[in-house]
Amino acid sequence: MKLERLPQGALRVRLAGAWGLASGLPSFDPIRRELASEPPPGRVTFDVGELKEWDSGVLSFLVRIEDLCSERGVATDRDSLPDGLRRLIALAEAVPETKDAKQEEKRPSFLERIGLGAQGVGSGAVEMVHFLGEAAGSFARLLRGRARFRGVDLFLLIQDAGAQALPIVSLISFLVGLILAFVGAVQLEQFGAQIYVANLVGIAMAREMGAMMAAIIMAGRTGAAYAAQIGTMRVNQEIDALVTMGLPPIDFLVLPRMLALCLMMPLLAVFADFVGMIGGGVVGVSMLDLPPIVYYQQSASAVDLVDFATGIFKASIFGVLIAFSGCLRGMQCGNNASAVGDAATSAVVTGIVMIIVTDAMLTVLFNIFGI
Amino acid sequence: MEPARPTETEAEITVKDLTMAYGSYVLMRDLSFSIRRASIFIIMGGSGSGKSTLLRHMIGLKEPAKGDILYGNESFTQADPADRERMLRRVGILFQSGALFSSLTLAENVGLALEEFTELRPAEIREVASLKLSLVGLKGFEDFYPAQISGGMQKRAGLARAMALDPAILYFDEPSAGLDPISSRRLDELILELRESLGTTIVVVTHELASIFTIGDDCVFLDPETRTMIATGNPRELRDHSDDPKVRTFLRRGDDGQASNEQERERG
Ligand SMILES: Nc1ncnc2c1ncn2[C@@H]1O[C@H](COP(=O)(O)OP(=O)(O)O)[C@@H](O)[C@H]1O
Ligand SMILES: [Mg+2]
Repeated sequence: MKLERLPQGALRVRLAGAWGLASGLPSFDPIRRELASEPPPGRVTFDVGELKEWDSGVLSFLVRIEDLCSERGVATDRDSLPDGLRRLIALAEAVPETKDAKQEEKRPSFLERIGLGAQGVGSGAVEMVHFLGEAAGSFARLLRGRARFRGVDLFLLIQDAGAQALPIVSLISFLVGLILAFVGAVQLEQFGAQIYVANLVGIAMAREMGAMMAAIIMAGRTGAAYAAQIGTMRVNQEIDALVTMGLPPIDFLVLPRMLALCLMMPLLAVFADFVGMIGGGVVGVSMLDLPPIVYYQQSASAVDLVDFATGIFKASIFGVLIAFSGCLRGMQCGNNASAVGDAATSAVVTGIVMIIVTDAMLTVLFNIFGI
Repeated sequence: MEPARPTETEAEITVKDLTMAYGSYVLMRDLSFSIRRASIFIIMGGSGSGKSTLLRHMIGLKEPAKGDILYGNESFTQADPADRERMLRRVGILFQSGALFSSLTLAENVGLALEEFTELRPAEIREVASLKLSLVGLKGFEDFYPAQISGGMQKRAGLARAMALDPAILYFDEPSAGLDPISSRRLDELILELRESLGTTIVVVTHELASIFTIGDDCVFLDPETRTMIATGNPRELRDHSDDPKVRTFLRRGDDGQASNEQERERG
């Protein structure tokens, strides 16, 4: 590109060689400088005699020149351009910008953002309570036998949240039992109290870790899946279809999911308890040289039914919480595909936070009542 | 159960002074029109003018900011949930995306409403579902999942589902969007056929001019610039006699003096 001043005060832009998006565009600065210089050019003309090849790179360059010129009230001489380019420029300029299309996006100030954040927390809490109310209503309808959902759905959900979750729950709780025993063994060995590893692992698994680990796995596995399923149904207008068909999604989708997890979580937790104790036993037998039968008897005497019962109770509460957060985030999902991903992520985070907070509260409560 | 067929001029649906808004953003105001029983009513306007939103108001998925919607002489907006459900039981809806339940086969999709709201036995449900599917040209696809069939077929399956309970009113949101010209013509014929044979009242959101003129008895035109409706009446008459240039431009595919702005927006 070359710029030259013509005698009559016009600016000639000479374009030569091959111009393309692939080879990059020259700097725009010289033209800007020329246009700003004193005295300003009266008009801009183009010389494309040596222009060999061009694509929309040249076009965008020319349109920028046009924009700049019209800003400064400088005329341009399009007649010197090749016919194709001239037509394309005319096309680019033909449709005025739709004012409505540009969303005003004012960046809120710091204080405003704090306020908006606080409002968001508030409205989020309100929505959650609202959803809780609906879920409770749906449960009441279930008890009166008026809730509408398909038995097949419930069966499939139970299968998915039960049997199919066993392998991963086994693996994790086995390892957790192993870790607990390992940490305990190192400490207890100092006092020659190795045998109490069985108590430690047994009670920790039954009261806390069995339910907790199962819950965290299920939050990541099933809670996220629920949010994604329901979110996709929202995006795909399936939720709208259900509503207008007179099948409330809260009964049709949310209730069976809550039931499935509420029923399956206690079973998973009990299973996790035993697998965890086996994990502890492996450490006890191999590292502490305890005979298996001794480890077994020590465990059996340490853990009583109340310990199991507290774990089971917690597990079913966790199950409801996981399903609740998964379904809540799914129902709140926006109407595009990326919102589904956000819903799934958010379901896991909400689920785990709720599980841990509830667990802390329950543990304190149990302690107060001496359970 | 065939609804007793009253006089054809009786209003099946009436929209009164409706204002539609998302939060504080008013989309359309002062919409008033009525839809005659057993007529085919077209809602038209450029993309983003609020056609789907209007439909959502009429089926209770969105609450009006102001105004009322009546089915017959009964207010839908002020009805309690149980009454609304009863009113909607007479309504079938084909959503813009088809909205088939992706975890169910086509036969199960169509059969779902039958399963929940009728006393039919499973075998009978399947028979009815397969009959409805054959009405829309999907015989033999009963056991396919929505993901296994094309977009056009999904739309038709959605229609079969909307017709499951023999509704008195059918809503269509852009039925021909994404269909090839032949399928879209067949759909128009099907719509006419439904009206002739069952006396169904049909409300169609579309901007396919061919469909508008072939099937439309009445129409309403939503104009995003003035944020209200600017014409009602028979589409062919509006094309020839409307005194509003925007309506004429729209109905004549943009070749009416002022530039093809509407058409541009159509595509956008
Ligand atoms: N959930 C929503 N929240 C806010 N604005 C919306 C929402 N849905 C649609 N809109 C706005 O309403 C307008 C009309 O949308 P819609 O009814 O889908 O138009 P149409 O069906 O005529 O193409 C659009 O401009 C869109 O931006
Ligand atoms: Mg739409």
